[in-house]
Amino acid sequence: MSPFLAEWWDLRDLGNLVGAILDWIGDRGAPSWVPYVLSGIIGIAAVLLWALLSQLAFIWIERRVLGRMQVRLGPNRVGPWGLLQPLADALKVLAKEMVTPSNADRILYWLAPVAVVVPAILVLAVFPFSPGMVVADLNVGVLYIVAVTSTATIAVFMAGWASSNKYSLLGAMRTVAMLISYEVVQVLALLSATAFTGSMRLLDVVAWQDRYNAWLLFLQPLALLSFIIASAVEVNRTPSDIAEAESEIVAGYHTEYGGIRWGMFQLAEYVAGFAVAATITTLWLGGWTLWGLEEWVPGWLIFLAKLYGTFFLFIWLRGTLPRVRIDQLMGFAWKFLLPLMLLNVLLVGAERVVWAETEAPAGVVLPAFAVLNLALTVAMIVGWGALAGGLRPQMRPKRPLLVREVGGIYYQPMP
Amino acid sequence: MGGLTVATRYLSGLELAHRISQRLPEAVVDANPEWVEVRPEALTEVCRLLREDEETDFHFLSCLTAVDRLDHFEVVYHLQSLRRNQLGVLKVKVWDREEPEVPSVTSIWPGAELQEREAYDLMGIRFRGHPDLRRLFLWEGFPGHPLRKDWLGMPGQRMPGLQRFPGEPGEPDTGRG
Amino acid sequence: MAMRTEPFVVNVGPQHPSTHGVFRLRLTLDGERIVECQMVMGYLHRSMEKLAEERSYTQNIPFTDRTDYLAAMTGNLAYCLAVEKLASVPVPPRAQWIRTIMAELQRIASHCMAIGTFVNDCGAWHTPLLYMMREREKVLDLFELACGARLTTNYMRIGGVSRDLPPEFLPRLRDFVREMPQRIAEYEDLLVENEILIARSRGIGVLPADKAIAYSVSGPMLRGSGVAWDLRKADPYAAYDQVEFDIPVGTNGDCYDRFMVRLAEMRQSVRILEQALDMIPSGPYQTPVPLALQPPPGEAYGRIESPRGELGFYVVSDGGPAPFRFHIRSPSLINLTPLPELVKGMTVADAIVILGSVDIVVGEVDR
Repeated sequence: MSPFLAEWWDLRDLGNLVGAILDWIGDRGAPSWVPYVLSGIIGIAAVLLWALLSQLAFIWIERRVLGRMQVRLGPNRVGPWGLLQPLADALKVLAKEMVTPSNADRILYWLAPVAVVVPAILVLAVFPFSPGMVVADLNVGVLYIVAVTSTATIAVFMAGWASSNKYSLLGAMRTVAMLISYEVVQVLALLSATAFTGSMRLLDVVAWQDRYNAWLLFLQPLALLSFIIASAVEVNRTPSDIAEAESEIVAGYHTEYGGIRWGMFQLAEYVAGFAVAATITTLWLGGWTLWGLEEWVPGWLIFLAKLYGTFFLFIWLRGTLPRVRIDQLMGFAWKFLLPLMLLNVLLVGAERVVWAETEAPAGVVLPAFAVLNLALTVAMIVGWGALAGGLRPQMRPKRPLLVREVGGIYYQPMP
Repeated sequence: MGGLTVATRYLSGLELAHRISQRLPEAVVDANPEWVEVRPEALTEVCRLLREDEETDFHFLSCLTAVDRLDHFEVVYHLQSLRRNQLGVLKVKVWDREEPEVPSVTSIWPGAELQEREAYDLMGIRFRGHPDLRRLFLWEGFPGHPLRKDWLGMPGQRMPGLQRFPGEPGEPDTGRG
Repeated sequence: MAMRTEPFVVNVGPQHPSTHGVFRLRLTLDGERIVECQMVMGYLHRSMEKLAEERSYTQNIPFTDRTDYLAAMTGNLAYCLAVEKLASVPVPPRAQWIRTIMAELQRIASHCMAIGTFVNDCGAWHTPLLYMMREREKVLDLFELACGARLTTNYMRIGGVSRDLPPEFLPRLRDFVREMPQRIAEYEDLLVENEILIARSRGIGVLPADKAIAYSVSGPMLRGSGVAWDLRKADPYAAYDQVEFDIPVGTNGDCYDRFMVRLAEMRQSVRILEQALDMIPSGPYQTPVPLALQPPPGEAYGRIESPRGELGFYVVSDGGPAPFRFHIRSPSLINLTPLPELVKGMTVADAIVILGSVDIVVGEVDR
């Protein structure tokens, strides 16, 4: 299955390099558990290092890109083109005094940043950067992702509660409500992808996409859109960064955290963002495959390129859209996205059954499904939007009247 | 060239006095082309009249000011009609310098609420019938009403705020006024 | 045991990224809904009215810059109008036109800031605000060319303006006026049909027309509530009776309408500027007035349509060199009067949006 050579210099699968090192150690006569443990440690260390380095890079990228979108330069003082800005930020965060509010619940206050970072990092264990490069090849990978990311919710509430600050509590309550609502949408979107490919194991999903040369992007566009929206909410990014809505409640649940504790929250946000981008890349964008290009370009490079592209989409959304209000956001989840996702799951089931029954070749069925799903996506969004979520006629944007004379009253109360 | 523009008609105080005296004969004290002065006790009725009357139609309170005229206080109301585009000036004089009191017009023009609080804060004129007469800009317990002509400074010749820069030698700072 | 909730008090401000200055709102919340709202102001009270009683009439002009520091030209203009009424000083035609041009440029700059910060309050992370800052920079550059200062311009004098326009001013103004309509079209593209902006501001903070008149609200807030009242048309000053322009009037009185009114007013300002460029005459730019002007005893109420509403100066003279009473009728303070009522029953997020749509400048509120 793997097209890679087993040589240690074959960079397309870095596992070869690790394997060569471990063989060398094993040949030296170490007991059999040593290579096993070492391979785990090397894998974990590599993924952690990658996550942290990516986060540093993306601090710079996000600020420059947002700056250019806002017709300004972005950081350009610290180092050439501001490249040392993340380093400066990290140093600043490390050097700041960590003030604990006197009324804070000590244990929860200390525990909350830790409890937020740990699930974000744990999730990275299941993503296949390349066929041989997975830290934990679980056959319930998707379920693992869902389970672990949902534990971040309680950590957010811990942070808000333990701060003994009304703003933080407000922010935490809003965030928890939001996260719970959008988890349902996320799970249903993941269910669509899993049901279509027939397996929860992430390697199998990528292999399915490779075998049929069809990315789930084309076959499940509605699930992808919903997942992007739900994940943007889960990661607390605009248009739904209500938890830290700066112009309203200063900084929400992490108002009272300073120094490295705040750094932990930011780390968790970025790493969770990477995790979500990795999920999208694996499940919908084909993982490390690029229709045969992975023969020459290392698969993990392709994977990272897709991941960063998806993350750039999140940055783009942040620069463009205003923030939605919490009740509007939840209404959107429960009244618009959830019914659409339920319909989508129904559709996936029907399509699988049709495919199994007719036993038609994949080259015929899949393009048909792609076209059908795309048409249905557009129809469902437009149709359901008009039925349930569209703007009522009196809420349509209206230009002001241009009047020549003073003194008249043109007020019409809204129905 | 521009279209037809109308300018605001500045109603003469004599005209206003004439209209007011038709209904409330005892209210007007003085009138001249610029303003009409009424008795403080009759203020609420006069204002209600000026608002309801179709000729004056003063539905819009443009400005409420208090002036300290050394021996008496004056409260000046600039009233505007949007439909008829005319402006009139109404004055009330209070001769009590210790506890000046004037009826509030917030029941007639709710927009007077903050302006009356400001007049109370800075001039010390109380408005009878105001829903929430508190100081607006200065803190509760501020000594005196600063905009009065006889208010020359804080008690003890102190300015509010720090007396000297922190670290400068001298007597210890006794704090804010 | 029945579960009960307790209302709790949240302070928005005085230090807050969104209160447009040092201004405090004490909100009593029940869950997410506001039960009561109390405004606390006075953090920027500088006793301008008392200070002005010790300075001559011309020396008080810099004070008027600093009340509404985002619209200094219009502040200067209102004060000079009041004193000119008091002292019966005529103003030459060229000065009238220069005043009109400056007032309209100031209106554009102020509305750029107002709309930008309003959309920022709705949550768009500075992107529209920074686009509008681009245009505001151009206007401020024009101001710097004319009078040397960008923000606190101190340009108008009693009887005219302080100095004539430099020769390169009018060509640069022509360039500005030529490219401004497509910029406004760009903002309209970005913002008018944006569903999230509509969802955040449509139907929020509705102020009916009769309440708006009763609360003495003026400016875009009054026009957003459907009342066609603009002092430039009702009580024309400077050269406004010789230009053609329209007044944008909203129909629903919500935050979205006020925002749309401000956006449309920018278009009308550009229209006025185009006409002014063609019609400005040459001639003297100031009527000479003694430095220690001593108007005859009397009083005057001079008012203009500033970008925030009706800015009026009530000046009383007793014959001396300094005003006897100097009162500023500040639109921001009076537009705040309906705020506690507008905000009841809304969430905190909506309260911030409503405050943004009122468009206050705390320098004017507190003086």
